[in-house]
Amino acid sequence: MSKLTLNTTPVDARPAPKRSIGAIAWLRANLFQGPINSVLSLLAIWALIAGLTPLIQWAIIDADWIGTSREACSSGGACWVFISARFEQFIYGFYPSELRWRVDLTFVLFAVMIAWLALPRLPAKKLAAVLTLAVFPIVAFYLLHGGLFGMPTVPTHRWGGLMLTLVLAVVGIVAALPIGIVLALGRQSKMPIVKSISVVFIEFWRGVPLITVLFMASVMLPLFVPTEVDMDKLVRALIGITLFQSAYMAEVVRGGLQAIPKGQEEAAAALGMGYWKRMGLIVLPQALKMMIPGIVNTFIALFKDTSLVLIIGLFDLLAIVQAALADADWLGYSIEGYVFVAFVFWIFCFGMSRYSQYLERKLHTGH
Amino acid sequence: MLHNNKTLLCSATAIMATLLATGSAQAGETMDAVKERGQVVCGVSTGLPGFSTPDDQGNWEGIDVDVCHGVAAAVFGDASKVQFVPLNAKERFTALQSGEIDVLSRNTTWTATRDTTLGLNFTGVSFYDGQGFLVKESLGIDSAKQLDGAAFCVQSGTTTELNLADYFQAHDMSFEPVVFDTSDQTVGGFEAGRCDVLTSDTSQLNALRIKLSDPDSAKVLPEVISKEPLGPVVRQGDDQWFNAVKWTLFAMINAEEMGISSENADEMKGSEKPGIARFMGSEGNFGEAMGLPADWAYSIVSQVGNYGEVFDRNVGAGSPLNIERGLNALWTEGGIQYAPPIR
Amino acid sequence: MTTPSSPPPRRETPPFWRDPAKRALLFQALMLAALFAVIGFIVSNTLENLDARGITTGFGFLHDTAGFGIVQSLIDYTPQSTYGRTFLVGLLNTLLVSTLGIAAATIIGFLMGIARLSPNWLIARIAGAYVEIFRNIPLLLQIFFWYFAVLRSLPSPRQSMSLGEAVFLNIRGLVVPAPVGGPGFVWTLVALAVAVIAAIVLVRWNRRRQAATGDRLPAGWISAGIIVVLPAVVFIASGMPLTWDIPKLGGFNFSGGITVLPELLALWLALSIYTGAFIAEIVRSGIQAVSKGQTEAARALSLSGGMTLRLVVIPQAMRVIIPPLTSQYLNLIKNSSLATAIGYPDLVSVFAGTTLNQTGQAIEVIMMTMAVYLTLSLLVSMFMNWFNARMALVER
Repeated sequence: MSKLTLNTTPVDARPAPKRSIGAIAWLRANLFQGPINSVLSLLAIWALIAGLTPLIQWAIIDADWIGTSREACSSGGACWVFISARFEQFIYGFYPSELRWRVDLTFVLFAVMIAWLALPRLPAKKLAAVLTLAVFPIVAFYLLHGGLFGMPTVPTHRWGGLMLTLVLAVVGIVAALPIGIVLALGRQSKMPIVKSISVVFIEFWRGVPLITVLFMASVMLPLFVPTEVDMDKLVRALIGITLFQSAYMAEVVRGGLQAIPKGQEEAAAALGMGYWKRMGLIVLPQALKMMIPGIVNTFIALFKDTSLVLIIGLFDLLAIVQAALADADWLGYSIEGYVFVAFVFWIFCFGMSRYSQYLERKLHTGH
Repeated sequence: MLHNNKTLLCSATAIMATLLATGSAQAGETMDAVKERGQVVCGVSTGLPGFSTPDDQGNWEGIDVDVCHGVAAAVFGDASKVQFVPLNAKERFTALQSGEIDVLSRNTTWTATRDTTLGLNFTGVSFYDGQGFLVKESLGIDSAKQLDGAAFCVQSGTTTELNLADYFQAHDMSFEPVVFDTSDQTVGGFEAGRCDVLTSDTSQLNALRIKLSDPDSAKVLPEVISKEPLGPVVRQGDDQWFNAVKWTLFAMINAEEMGISSENADEMKGSEKPGIARFMGSEGNFGEAMGLPADWAYSIVSQVGNYGEVFDRNVGAGSPLNIERGLNALWTEGGIQYAPPIR
Repeated sequence: MTTPSSPPPRRETPPFWRDPAKRALLFQALMLAALFAVIGFIVSNTLENLDARGITTGFGFLHDTAGFGIVQSLIDYTPQSTYGRTFLVGLLNTLLVSTLGIAAATIIGFLMGIARLSPNWLIARIAGAYVEIFRNIPLLLQIFFWYFAVLRSLPSPRQSMSLGEAVFLNIRGLVVPAPVGGPGFVWTLVALAVAVIAAIVLVRWNRRRQAATGDRLPAGWISAGIIVVLPAVVFIASGMPLTWDIPKLGGFNFSGGITVLPELLALWLALSIYTGAFIAEIVRSGIQAVSKGQTEAARALSLSGGMTLRLVVIPQAMRVIIPPLTSQYLNLIKNSSLATAIGYPDLVSVFAGTTLNQTGQAIEVIMMTMAVYLTLSLLVSMFMNWFNARMALVER
């Protein structure tokens, strides 16, 4: 332990304060605060220059953008021609080209619905929600699959690419939401049997990898149903994804339910409302608002996870690019292919995660 | 919210029901289901030149594909009424067991396990094959005996994987298996150098070699280490459909033996020779017994061709693969292709 | 107004559907019946289908000979081993890559999470970019990228990149020298164990002493010294009985040493970088959840920056960090099943892939696989709950 000492010599006058505004001051405050930080900053700058220069050189400056065949790729940089030549296939899969307007129309409808729901300024959110959750799926199904009003049927094995990725993710999330709500309510129930069934169901699906679920859906599901019923491969994958996702959704819903003060439900009970009225009119509408960021985050996770269907032989965006990489005419452009897929996924996921962060901030101030 | 959920549930049920209805619904009576659907659903490989591979326009071609065309010709009198489902080795049996496809024609080896415990029935042999090795020319190797310690690219879920282990145990050598899901990936791994040797059925090796960027840089070793009788497969427990597929193949082989081809089928149709008359359906009612039209065999030969034509066109002299008939020649010509008579 | 003479109105027992308790009972009974009906429906369908299609059932296949080779196995395995053995091999390979992945992801995650809060603007931005890029790209794609795009472009064994003629990197993987302990080497290991125990005892004693007297020794340095010096002395005294099995190029590939398969490398890289991005976010928000007053108070008590972080901030942040960290660990274990996409012989690839395909017994195989992952999830959750309880606030 140090002794207390008293210093009687006067201290030197301090130097004038350093500049605290301007570029140099900023650099000093943010990059070169001390020897360690300075070294780190210099190292980081060196690493960025060393890493990014060849990357930019490869991806932009030396890249080939225009052309239709691999002969166009001669400059030694990235061969984006590979992407542009196959772009339609990456988006639509094997969907017949003369019918692709139907996919486009579905995409546009979907974008409109989502914009309506997501942009706070637009009115009539309830109508939008009903349309998105109830009407849009039916319209989208008949548009994509056909079979109505003389539209030729496009069997699901011709679906592929980004379109299939979106179908899997959107159907998965929309179908998982109601099951998730029921499971979450069940988990909070006071009835022991209902509660334990819900808990077991949720924990089972959360405990196993999606791959085994997809395997089960593709290998075992046909054995579980009567022989007369034969399910489409896509439907089987969707059933697996939905069951898997509903467990995660249930946990999101549970989080939302727990955020609602108990007084709300008690007050509703005091007014003589039954269970379903209390839940449907009082608790869930409030909880749902709180759950939206969680739902968006679950959707991001599911959106990324849809790439797993390639293992059971469905041609989502990643699978179709992977298949194109094996084409003898385009051998050796795997990096371009993967970068393209990564870019598409990244745009979607990053955009959605930003939106969910924005919502979280917005909801935060509300309480 | 509650209301929403209900509508949602209804719409989901409706969609599900429609998809179920549009999916192929069949039970024991595959033939009825096929006829009702108006199409044969046929499982093929994800791309293997000569056997089943999509061309530039996405049309499937190959010897396995032609067997499926033959079945469609026999059932509908129209060889084009086939839908092809590309499958990898791992998913092929499941797809057949679950009823997703009606017939699996995907260079599949006939083994005891598959014929029994997997619940499948092999309908015959469309191609007699054997497993071989493809090595880089630069390794300077001439025999499989020199492959001790090498890494092998092999497709998982195949008999190849099992034969490889057998062979190396029998010769007391070690090996490193590098498994992939599709044959494209095995070629990719071989070409990149992940493995020293690509092993598969010799016919496939010839086909895959063409896919290499420099086919001359690799060669097939002389050893053939296994028997690989490849043929179409159907589910157990549906004899009518089993017969139809089986006799489609036999009809193609018999046609070659009788000298009936797609070119002369029309003139031969009027022939009074008893064997040919039975084949063409003008005598006897063999088609009816199988649930097929009387001129089923005529449709097969006139639209798809006899076995020899199919072989030449896809894997033989008339194709880039240029595989010799060898074992696949007719029994009358030194091979072992031998079909029971139609009578 | 009721007259006092009339009897009080008797409360009628409501019909049972108005009584919440009875209604709940009935509802649960119905639910249970429905559940059993569904299960019964599925089981009977399955049995009927299996029978109709002539598919064999039962677990007898586990004793049959597998007949296929597996490229990496932590226990003895030959193609003559049984399917039961393939299950074990796959399970161990899954555990191997999960353990490696968890360790690496934790290190990356903590480094990046702390870096995101660095006062150094550039470092914080780089860490931020890392997090935003890697957590928004599907893991499977990242695995493919490392395996097909990066590791595939490595040179062949003959043109290996090498480090001091001992460590080699080529398309067949990373080959490192393997340590081979001589006859007396066991004593060095014993010394190491003794040193570790001594260090633990020292740290505990030091903590008690500090609580009692306020005095503290630099226990960290002393224990590090013990752990290094004691085994080193024993090692030298016993005549340095350790040799290295240096890999040599011969035949087709390197022989000797330890080979880390490119499949394992790719999976490990992808899993730890992907999960690390999530852990970084968890660490960042955990540290930010500790109120600034805590740091300021610690500094006011003249604790150094490192001590503030170690003794004040991290223990409090850990309470926020551990629960989401647990689910990231669980995710990593489950995600290791993506091994099957690049042929790393994990449980899903070897057992639910090849074994399923060779035996055709989907139900048994998938059930066993799922049971393994459920058990692993349960074990990790239990361990992390225990750890969390230890870290929890001890209120005095």
